[in-house]
Amino acid sequence: MKVSYYPGCSLHATGREYDESVKAVSSALQIELKEVDDWSCCGASSAHMTNYKLSVALPARNLIAAEKDGMDVMVPCAACFNRFKMAQHHLRENSALKSEVEGIIGKEYRDSIAVRNPIDIIYNDIGIDALAGKVTRKLTGLKPVSYYGCLLLRPPEVCEFENYENPYMLDAIMNTLGAESKNWSCKTDCCGGSLTLGKTEIVVHLVNKLMRMANEADANCLVTACPVCFANLDMRAGKDLSLPVFYFTELVALALGLQGPEKWFKMHNVDPMPLIKSSGLL
Amino acid sequence: MTTFLEEVNRRIDGVPIQRCYHCRKCTAGCPIAFAMEYNPNKIIRMIQNGKKADVLNSSTIWLCASCETCVTRCPNDVDIARMMDVLREMAIEERVDIREKNILKFHEAFLSSVKMGGRINEPFMIANYKLKSGDYFSDVGMGLSMLMKGKLSLFSPRTKDIKAVKKIFNETKA
Ligand code: SF4
Ligand code: SF4
Repeated sequence: MKVSYYPGCSLHATGREYDESVKAVSSALQIELKEVDDWSCCGASSAHMTNYKLSVALPARNLIAAEKDGMDVMVPCAACFNRFKMAQHHLRENSALKSEVEGIIGKEYRDSIAVRNPIDIIYNDIGIDALAGKVTRKLTGLKPVSYYGCLLLRPPEVCEFENYENPYMLDAIMNTLGAESKNWSCKTDCCGGSLTLGKTEIVVHLVNKLMRMANEADANCLVTACPVCFANLDMRAGKDLSLPVFYFTELVALALGLQGPEKWFKMHNVDPMPLIKSSGLL
Repeated sequence: MTTFLEEVNRRIDGVPIQRCYHCRKCTAGCPIAFAMEYNPNKIIRMIQNGKKADVLNSSTIWLCASCETCVTRCPNDVDIARMMDVLREMAIEERVDIREKNILKFHEAFLSSVKMGGRINEPFMIANYKLKSGDYFSDVGMGLSMLMKGKLSLFSPRTKDIKAVKKIFNETKA
């Protein structure tokens, strides 16, 4: 299949290993990616928290650019995904806003493509069986808890993610790779998101609680699909509590025997190599 | 003259907040409630009681992380997350004394970085935040270690049609 690709700002910086692993995994699964032409930032939480119109217009510019290629757009960053879906929702519901935004951008928005995240594409379009068929290195020894966070799931009628209070797609993908996904009650909890600079102590409190719960669930790592969650989990947990964190695509790449994981793991703050080595995976 | 409640409802442009029957399910699930001076449903009550200054001056509206748990679970579809956005916009427009200044400074640093380059350049955005907030020293070691690991680069590609991005900023100004 072929889709448009919107990396967003994080994937070119703090989330670099997510960008590289999404690309590696997509190519291995025959998902062809075409980057959205001259994309710009989606505005993230800072736009919608301070200026509603801006928070719709910034993603709209990218949606319009993606529409030109006539393919659904893959948005791996959960924060960008949320802003794209929200903008689509508001443009559908509010025709006055839609005309105003089209006027500012100088182009028509046709609402002709779907916004997709890679969990959904791999689970639903590629399929668990096809994925299983490509595994060359079972991830035996890895016991991840799946951390979906907020932005892929809520609000549910906008995000259209399966089972928003107890999602399972990421868990199913992990089990397919041979990892032993652990059940826990914090799948959809909040890490504090963008408060990480302006109010660090709240994020530290939330992340430490998540780490305690992951430890209690007998997990030895966490897996996520959000660069905001990843950065908070990887950098804000207390030393005595912290577990390695992975982007789910890094683990898919590892199980598929692709090039890259060793390089990406070096970019993590909490070094996952002891766990990877003791599990005999590299 | 419109009341505070009417103004908030007009801006939310959805379910009127007086549909709330104070079951406190929103507050029970709010991850940030432990740090808020007024709980989410208390803010609704205060708006109903016309306590505009107290609401717009509160830390609650800035601490809300927009996790959307409250609106997802509210039995009456009251959109507290959207309400918090609206209250933040009003606090900025009315130039009240913002209680959580660093949170607003972060948003300003973020958006000015987007306006300049079309995309976020994280090292510059963080430096800009530090200048604005005066919080020079926290996380410096972390930032350096990320630069060393090749995650952050000082020169990342920008949006070419930066005029189009600037136009969006200029024409959506409140
Ligand atoms: S969950 Fe809804 S009805 Fe219940 S207190 Fe919160 S806003 Fe009011
Ligand atoms: S959106 Fe804000 S008020 Fe609602 S649950 Fe999340 S942090 Fe609390």
